[in-house]
Amino acid sequence: MKVLIIGGGKTLFFLSRNFTAKGYEVVIINRNHEECTRLARQLSASVVCGDGSDAVILKEAGAMGADAVLAITPNDQDNLVVCQLASLKFGVPRTVALANDPENAEVFEKMGVSAFTTTNIIGSLIEQHASLEQITNLLPVAQGRVNVTEIVLDVHSPVSGKLIKDIKLPENSLIAVMLRDNQPIVPRGANVLLPGDRIVLITLPENHGQVIKAFTGEYK
Amino acid sequence: MKNNRYIVIVGCGRLGSILANQLSREGNLVVVIDMDDATFNNLSPDFSGFRLQGDATRMPVLKEAKVHKANVFIATTHEDNVNLMAAQVARKIFKVPHVLARVFDPKREEVYAQLGIETICPTSVAADMFFRAVTNRATSHNGECK
Repeated sequence: MKVLIIGGGKTLFFLSRNFTAKGYEVVIINRNHEECTRLARQLSASVVCGDGSDAVILKEAGAMGADAVLAITPNDQDNLVVCQLASLKFGVPRTVALANDPENAEVFEKMGVSAFTTTNIIGSLIEQHASLEQITNLLPVAQGRVNVTEIVLDVHSPVSGKLIKDIKLPENSLIAVMLRDNQPIVPRGANVLLPGDRIVLITLPENHGQVIKAFTGEYK
Repeated sequence: MKNNRYIVIVGCGRLGSILANQLSREGNLVVVIDMDDATFNNLSPDFSGFRLQGDATRMPVLKEAKVHKANVFIATTHEDNVNLMAAQVARKIFKVPHVLARVFDPKREEVYAQLGIETICPTSVAADMFFRAVTNRATSHNGECK
């Protein structure tokens, strides 16, 4: 897989390092000469110095044969134009733009460019870590038709000490993963739930309350 | 051409301010957006429109400028990508009927023509004029020789 990444800074560095470690062919486009030299020395990625929203630079970076383009500069307008040029001019099948301003994520999607925003992701992670609440809504999936919820089991939980196969769950709900001592376990019927376990649940809005009740004993 | 249109202009530099002054003088309601409010000094004293300081790639700024009511949207900043993004948002989200963007890079211009954004490329325009001036001079010179 060949991936073009446009941007700079530590995010780009570690992302590129991850991708090259996975065996992807990574090409970085960065405007700053010194940063380019440093990146080329430290990473086993190709580095092209220039403006990623310039078609000549994209071509030089091999946009024609790229499988994906990832635009993560601090400027939303550049990320948008990079992705549009890559897909419209070079036919890159997958392009993803970082929306620094979270409101622009929706704007990009309306322009036909896949977008993500770190503000919301980091925000919800911080909320999870800082939260004293036992229950955290992680993320809505499929426009809110599916909920992903994390619960920490306490000693009063009606399911503490039970085998998963003995727990009666409503239709269309699932224990997706449990974390015990920070170790993720994809649970099967023979696993026992213990106080302190963090459990990630998949529910639907219509059965959400019942599922939560099954785990906490309270209807929320 | 009617002169009571609502026109939003992004960028109040040399080009933006000339357009704003002229369009305002002709009786249109003009709103000028620029990040740097010092650029509003480029507006003439008889400019009767509104000045809005802000980043035109951000939705709240465009909403404040009431872009949804605009008949015409012109993006004139010195950054091609700002112009292209603002113009697309005006066209696709705020449904402004007439959207124009200044784009210096002719290669970028081609792509956005496909997307229904009307672009004006000063580089191509100037190149064309120079080319014509040079060619005309050459022909008239040849003419003189005869």
